Formats: sequence, C-alpha cells, structure tokens
Amino acid sequence: MSKLRVLVGVKRTLDYMLKPRINPAKTAVDLTGQKMSINPFCDIAVEEAIRIKETQKDRVEDTLVVTAGPSASEQILRQSLAKGMQRASLIDVGNKELEPLSVAKLLKAMVEKEKSNLVILGKQAIDDDAHQTGGMLAAMLGWPQFTSASKVAFDGDKVVVTREIDGGAETLSSPLPAVITTDLRLNVPRFANLAKIMKARKAPLGKLTPEELGVPIENRLQTLSVEEPVSKRHNIMVKNVDEFVNTLKDLNAL
Amino acid sequence: MLFLRRQVLAQVGRFANVSANASTKFGSLRFAHKPSFTADSYPSLQRDPRYATLNQADIDFFRSTLEKEGGSIVNGLDQSTDPSDLEAFNVDWTHKYRGKTQLAIKPKTTEQVSRILKYCNSRRLAIVPQGGNTGLVGGSIPVFDEIVLNLSLMNKIHSFDELSGVLSLDAGVILENADNFLAEKDHMFPLDLGAKGSCQVGGCAATAAGGLRLLRYGSLHGTILGIEAVLPDGTILDNMVTLRKDNTGLDLKQLFIGSEGYLGIITRLTVICPRRPRSTNVAFFGVSSYENVLKAFSESKSYLTEIISAFEMMDNTSQRLVDALNSTQRPLEEEHPFYVLLETQGSNKEHDEQKLNELIENLIEKEVIADGVIAQDESQLRVLWERREGITECLAKAGSGVYKYDVSLPLNVLYDLVNATKERLADLKLLGESSDQPVIDVVGFGHMGDGNLHLNVAVRQYDKRVEKALEPWVFEWVASHRGSISAEHGLGLLKKPYLGYSKSPEMISLMKTLKNVFDPNGIMLPYKYV
Repeated sequence: MSKLRVLVGVKRTLDYMLKPRINPAKTAVDLTGQKMSINPFCDIAVEEAIRIKETQKDRVEDTLVVTAGPSASEQILRQSLAKGMQRASLIDVGNKELEPLSVAKLLKAMVEKEKSNLVILGKQAIDDDAHQTGGMLAAMLGWPQFTSASKVAFDGDKVVVTREIDGGAETLSSPLPAVITTDLRLNVPRFANLAKIMKARKAPLGKLTPEELGVPIENRLQTLSVEEPVSKRHNIMVKNVDEFVNTLKDLNAL
Repeated sequence: MLFLRRQVLAQVGRFANVSANASTKFGSLRFAHKPSFTADSYPSLQRDPRYATLNQADIDFFRSTLEKEGGSIVNGLDQSTDPSDLEAFNVDWTHKYRGKTQLAIKPKTTEQVSRILKYCNSRRLAIVPQGGNTGLVGGSIPVFDEIVLNLSLMNKIHSFDELSGVLSLDAGVILENADNFLAEKDHMFPLDLGAKGSCQVGGCAATAAGGLRLLRYGSLHGTILGIEAVLPDGTILDNMVTLRKDNTGLDLKQLFIGSEGYLGIITRLTVICPRRPRSTNVAFFGVSSYENVLKAFSESKSYLTEIISAFEMMDNTSQRLVDALNSTQRPLEEEHPFYVLLETQGSNKEHDEQKLNELIENLIEKEVIADGVIAQDESQLRVLWERREGITECLAKAGSGVYKYDVSLPLNVLYDLVNATKERLADLKLLGESSDQPVIDVVGFGHMGDGNLHLNVAVRQYDKRVEKALEPWVFEWVASHRGSISAEHGLGLLKKPYLGYSKSPEMISLMKTLKNVFDPNGIMLPYKYV
C-alpha cells in the first residue's frame, strides 16, 4: 500500500456567523475590524486529514496545510497545526484578490512540489460560494475528484467516498491520487487544545511567494458592484387566536 | 448559509428520563404530567378571605377597559373557554407550581394597567404580575385565583439615543429582542441570561436579574436609569429619566427593582447600554480541584483586569448531564472535576488575544488548569456557552423536576455546599439509581465571579421527603456561612418562609411598613415575597 502524503488547502474568510456589511462604495463586503476565521468547510477538511492520520498512523507520511493569502492568514495555519497537522505553508500574496483559478494553479504547484497524493479541500468558501477550486485542481492534475464528501474511507490503495447528491448519497471509489472536497456532514471539527496552541505559536511555517512557485497571479474577473439581497417578506408568528386577531387588527387587515 | 449541526445523542446513562418535545433554549417544556395545585402541595397556604372572588361584572369591566386600544383576556368564567388556555398562565417554568386563576389579562397600554389596578384595588381583587414566566421561585404564577396581569403585549421599543446609549422601552419587550435591536446599533443590553429568548425586561427589572456578565456590566440597580410604574391604586409613577445622573431626592425606582411586583407594576424602563464589544473571546478550562478554580479566578482578574466579562464554574456532574441530554460537542476529551468558562470582551482583538494568551501560558505553567480550549470562531464560542447555558434545560429533562437553590456564598466555601448536600441526601437514602430513590443527582455550577452558586437537585419527581431534607437545611447552611439564600432568583413563593435567614427582623418589619404605604389593601403578589 502506498504511503499517504496529504495536502489540505484552507481559506481565511469572514467569520461565517457574522452578518456581512457592504462598503459605502458598494464594491465589496466591508471587512475592516471584522473577525476573520477559517472557512468552515476548510476546517472540516483539516479535521478529516487529522482523523486519517490518527486512524492510519503508519500509512500517513505527511500532512501539510496550505493557504494563499495575506500574512494574517498565518493564524488559521497555526490553529490547524495545533489541532494536529504536521506542517504548514503560507503562500504570501499580500492583499491581492485571488480567484479560484489562481488558487487551483498555486495548489497544483504545491502538490507537484510536495509530491502529495491526496488533496482535501472545502467544497466552497462562504464568501464567494464559488465551489470551483476543487474541480479545477482535479482537472489540471488529471486526478479523480470526489466533491461534497460526507464520508471518506480507504480500501487498500483505493479511496472510497460517499458524496451528498440531490436525492440522496452516492458512493464512489478510485485508486489514489485523488482530490476530495468536503461537505458539512463529513465531520465536526475539534477544538484546538491550549497547550498545543501555545506550541504551534512557535512552530516554523513554510513561506512561499507565487513567483517562487512559478504561478504569476492574473485576475480575469472584475467585480462591478455588490448589493444586499432583496429583503424577504416579514413573517409574523403568533401564539394563539387572540394574538392572531390582534395582529390582524394592528395591520389594519380587519 | 450553513445549518447548525445536530449530533446523535450520546449514551444516556443514568439521566434516562428524556421527556418528549424538548425544545430550544428556554422554550416551554412540556412534561408528561401536570404539576399538582400549589394549594394542594402546600396546605399551610390558605386563600385570604379578604380578597374578592371574580364575577361577571368584573369581566365586563376589564373587557370594556381593553376595548379601545386593544389587549386580550383569557376568561375562565366563560364556559366556552378551554381550561388549558389558562394553563400557561397558571404553571411556572419549573413545573413545580400550579395556580387556579380564572382570568389572565394582557393589556396594551400603561393607562389600561392603571385602570385595571385601580378597579382591582377598589374591589380587593388579588393580582399577580407576569412577564415571560421564566422565574424560578414560583413568583410569577398565582397560588389561588389571583388575576394574572401579563405584560407580553406591552412590547414596544420606544427610542434609543446612540450617543448616550440610553434605551427606552416597554416592560414586556423580550430581552433577546432588545439585545438584537441594540446589536444593529453597535450596542448591547447590559444583561444576558439563559432565559433571554422568553424573559421580559420588566420581569428582569422586577427580579433584579444578575445574569452571566454582572461581573463586567454591573447590576440592573445601576444600569436602569428610570422606570414608569403603576401603583396598586392606579397612580402612574413617571420616573422615565434618560439622564445618567439625577440625584434629586429618594431614588424610589430602586424599591421597584427587585420588588417582584410586591409594590406595583413596572410598565416601562430606560436602560443605559454599553457599546457592543468588537472582540469577544471564550476559553474553556478543565480544572482538577476547586482550589485551582479559585486560583484561576484570581489569575484571570490579574491578567485580564479590564477585559474580563464572565467567569463561570461548572462541575463534572453538570457536564455529564449535558453530554447525555444535549447534543453539544464536548470541548475537552477527558473529564475533569471542574470546568471554567472564561470570557473577555474588549475593543481591540489583538490586545485582548495577547492578554488572554499570557494568562493561559501562566495557568498552564503553574498547573492551575489541567487542560483547555479557546473558541476559534463565533460558532465554537456558542458551543462553549451552550455547555454552560444548556445545563438548566438538561436538568429539567433529566427527571420530572429540579430543586433549585440559587445562593451567594464566600468563594472559599462555595462548592462545599454541593458536597454537603450530596452527602446529606445519600445518608438519608434519597439519592440513588433505583426508582424509589427520588434524587437522580446533585449538580453545582454558577457565576463564580459573583460568588453565586446554583445548587440543583434533579429528581425523578417532586417529593416531599426531598423537600424536607433540603429545606430549611440548605438555608441554614448558607446562613451559617454568612451567605444569601437568594443571590439573584429572588424570593417568590419558594423562599418567602426563609427570608429571616438573610435579613434581620428590623429590616423585614420596615419592608412590611413600606408595603402598607404602597399597597394598603395588599392586592399585589399575595402569599409571596415578604
């Protein structure tokens, strides 16, 4: 059985529980002073990689977590190290916008450099909801892809993945190497333990630039405007008939 | 958007009696059984014959009072009314008490409240004011046939001044709604508690609720700037001040705050609200002993001085309960005798994180804490708080009842009460696994930062033997250690007989004198409080 060299790509996004606000110029979501966290689907990808390492100890040779972003993205790398990833690398792009195609190209370069044979990514990011990076990466590498995974298992040299699809679930398998993208029900990410967080704070991080990977960043899309969605009709819940009648009276409907 | 995960329930263990229809947060819990009438459970309570009995003329008056501006009545005298419609007004949240009211009135305006009280005063009809009915001492439901005056329909937020942070609102506004309103304006309500989805700000004021962050934001005695209250004779007292400082004469609003409805009904309030913090951090620690919990508290105050916003303690029994009956994820793999939830709130994320990291390094190095986690994002933050806030609901699900003792004690002896209670109930053979032992377990948790312990005894069913074993024993224990028999839950029906353990006869006498000034006919909240 071949050894596993796992690469997990993660993205730093606005904390998904916060309500996004649009900047006054209506060109982007306003992120100033807002809490940024690891994209929840990426967190699930990290958790899955760590579980694979825990259950297949002898088979897993390396687990590497990678992100492309500003230097502040170090935080999500260190959190992932604290949870159990063995190595971490930051591809520093400063404050540049990254499109999924660029990310896929950067990850391809990392996969080739690190000789990874299993890539786990979140199925989509909660800021752009693009859902493209995993598919593009698999195509560029010429690897099989399992998207929206809700269960990952191994059968010898094959990986067996159950995916969530419309109408139910589908189980597929293929030999490695492969790309897996995670869906919500794959696992529940653990809390990072304090002692390990402190150790991870001092751990060395790999640092790279897109140029070093031979991938210049070119953006092909221009965001014209960003707007709030149309607010939905207000539903009023009432507890009893009296309240129902009174509500109708208030609305001058009676 | 993502949906909240629901994990499969872990093994249930000894907390096996999961009742059906368990709901979110403080939604109403439907038990399989109805509690007995309070009057039957406590035969020493007798209906005061000086109070009038409701008749049709009274109903007609109340109806006509509500006609113009709206409001509603649930009229038990009307044969066509389903008796279960009055259930919600008659039964308390802990399902321990059940009254026999025939009438619930839900007015919409202060004027209506005034006319209703004036009428009831002249007729000598007894009244119990009611808000969200989430009180834990049986104060918000009738004992006999007292009329329930429910404030749910008086739920408007009137104004908010963004510069001063002063909020003006009706007493019937649900706490969570007030906070959500303020969140949009970058502020927060200076009170937070587990019942926030149901409790009303008027009720919070009337019980002087403490909540989870009293440590940081202070008591309602300080944050309520003004109130509007209706006296039993119908007089409307307008003290709706929006000023931070107003030192002009006796501060009468302080009498109403914490009065539980004894002197009159609070209909509106003004509250000074702090800015919503930009950065909130929550850490959860596993601690090997109570002495270490105290050390952790001391160190936390030292390193976090101005940013500490909550310090909650939970024992292992409470966390086992949460594991069994709530699907919240376990933050720490191993079990520890004690757990601490520590929260910071501040204006600068980096600064706060740095202070918190320094504290944690210190706690780990000195082996004050055995293990711990920090919330990495908002979602983990809520999971950690749920481990603390979910305890109350899990206690209610464990059996058919909970005996609750909310007490203040000097910090160094605080947890001793839990151990002493366990020992006592075990010695009396009331605690155990078999179905003829009524006590399932004894749990201790609470607002350590305020010296406030919530001692909870989960029972298979309410049982006089347990009550006799605990009361007045718990209160005697508390009094002997110079604590308070009620830190924040108030007196209600439950603790009225025991007030003497915490207040001197002279003070109680003065309270009664004041009662006669405000409510000479004694129509407000009879049988309870003082």
